[in-house]
Amino acid sequence: MAKSPPEVIPTSKAKATETEEARVAIEVRNLSVTFRNGNGGLRAIQGISFCIREREFVCVLGPSGSGKSTLLRVLAGLLTPTQGEVYFYGEPLKEPRREIGLVFQKANLMPWRTALQNIVLPLELQNVPKAEARRRAMELIELVGLHGFEDTLPRDLSGGMAQRVAIARALVHDPQVLLLDEPFGGLDALTRERMGDELLRIWQARRKTVVMVTHSIPEAIYLSDRVLVFTPRPGRLRLDLPIYLPRPRTEEIRYSPAFGELARRLRAEIG
Amino acid sequence: MKRRLDLLITLFILLLLWQLAAWWVNRPILPEPRTVFLAFLRETRDDLPFHFAASLWRVLASTALAIATAAPAGLLLGQSQRLNRLFSPLIYLLYPIPKVVFVPLVLLFLGLGDAPKILIIYLILFFQVLVLVRDQAAALRPELLLSVRSLGAGRRALFRFVYLPASLPAILTALRQSVGTAVAVLYVAELYATQRGLGYYIYINGSTFFDYPAMYVGILAMGLLGVGLYTGVDYLEKRLCPWK
Repeated sequence: MAKSPPEVIPTSKAKATETEEARVAIEVRNLSVTFRNGNGGLRAIQGISFCIREREFVCVLGPSGSGKSTLLRVLAGLLTPTQGEVYFYGEPLKEPRREIGLVFQKANLMPWRTALQNIVLPLELQNVPKAEARRRAMELIELVGLHGFEDTLPRDLSGGMAQRVAIARALVHDPQVLLLDEPFGGLDALTRERMGDELLRIWQARRKTVVMVTHSIPEAIYLSDRVLVFTPRPGRLRLDLPIYLPRPRTEEIRYSPAFGELARRLRAEIG
Repeated sequence: MKRRLDLLITLFILLLLWQLAAWWVNRPILPEPRTVFLAFLRETRDDLPFHFAASLWRVLASTALAIATAAPAGLLLGQSQRLNRLFSPLIYLLYPIPKVVFVPLVLLFLGLGDAPKILIIYLILFFQVLVLVRDQAAALRPELLLSVRSLGAGRRALFRFVYLPASLPAILTALRQSVGTAVAVLYVAELYATQRGLGYYIYINGSTFFDYPAMYVGILAMGLLGVGLYTGVDYLEKRLCPWK
């Protein structure tokens, strides 16, 4: 695979010079979610607003119970907010859309389908002709490095491999936005770092907008253009931190002073 | 292969025990295996196949009916908490009642013919399949459903791509568990108001004609029916759910 030349990363200014300002893919306005629970309701998210630009890689960090997963479900159109709006390319988001792909911490594969059959599913739902669907799914198998495992059942895949299948499934119908809810949370540290690199490679190859929830500060810094930090329940936006580290990023960057400084800063904010 | 050999050995030991018991009892009410096998060959040329077919039809018809009604009902209850809450007390009360006790009742209402026998077996299978499919559908991980819904799958697509394949093993498990009961109840149901079926055949040969070898032939045939259905379900499970 050809290496893309090192590029400086789209701070909004740098980008503005080369094209126009990147379009806003997702806009969240004054979003609140309250779950009914008998005594007045559980406030998961309160008054959050932010924008995510096209092709941006944004990580959402925050302590457990700060409504990160809830946010992702709202962005996926699976959960109707109690208050506020979400816009997808300027259109109000009311229900799940094919342009938005979603991956959970558990791969959530269908145990009765092989890896390839799992990846094909979104295309099947869209009635894409079989041969075409298979061809596109095979492309994804290659992209996520699962060549030779296309006919394997999920029970015979390792955690990392299953998660690759889940990512491939979320990408096969070519959505514009990819939502990831702690996608590597169930993996061991080494696999996790490798999967992060894979994800960056895929992101660069396919030019998607990515919103990813994570617990890991280094992971968030390593991957994103921007990190959103949430407060404990009810989740509010505490910090919106741009990550001006050059891309493509490699292992060394983890040991750079800039990286350490960002990590310290985020650590302090999460508290 | 190994398993097949084990089965053969076990079968051989059972036959041996039968033979020993026959020698020991030494009375017409327990004929030797050889006598029964000869009778079996004789009877297969007579009206045994007719009775076997009648019984087989009753079991198969009630099974098909049970799957066709209980599986969709179980799916429906499994994915709707509200419906489940509405019906679960009813199921809770009805499920443990031994349905065999309804045999006289069903006979009174439906009279002669196949209908009452099929209905009785159907009732047993229905609850088994319903409960297992419902629980299986309800136990589906919500995140699996969410991730499929996020792909834009509506209710129908969810049924087709998730609920149905996910509950197939539950249906087969229910069948496997109830095949034995079904055949047992078939026997009881065939004691009344019919002149067809293995139950009738066993009864009439044993207590009217005192043709003991023929009675054992009937028992053997009923056993074969049970084993046949059981291995049938086994085979279906391997074919339809290789992922289990």
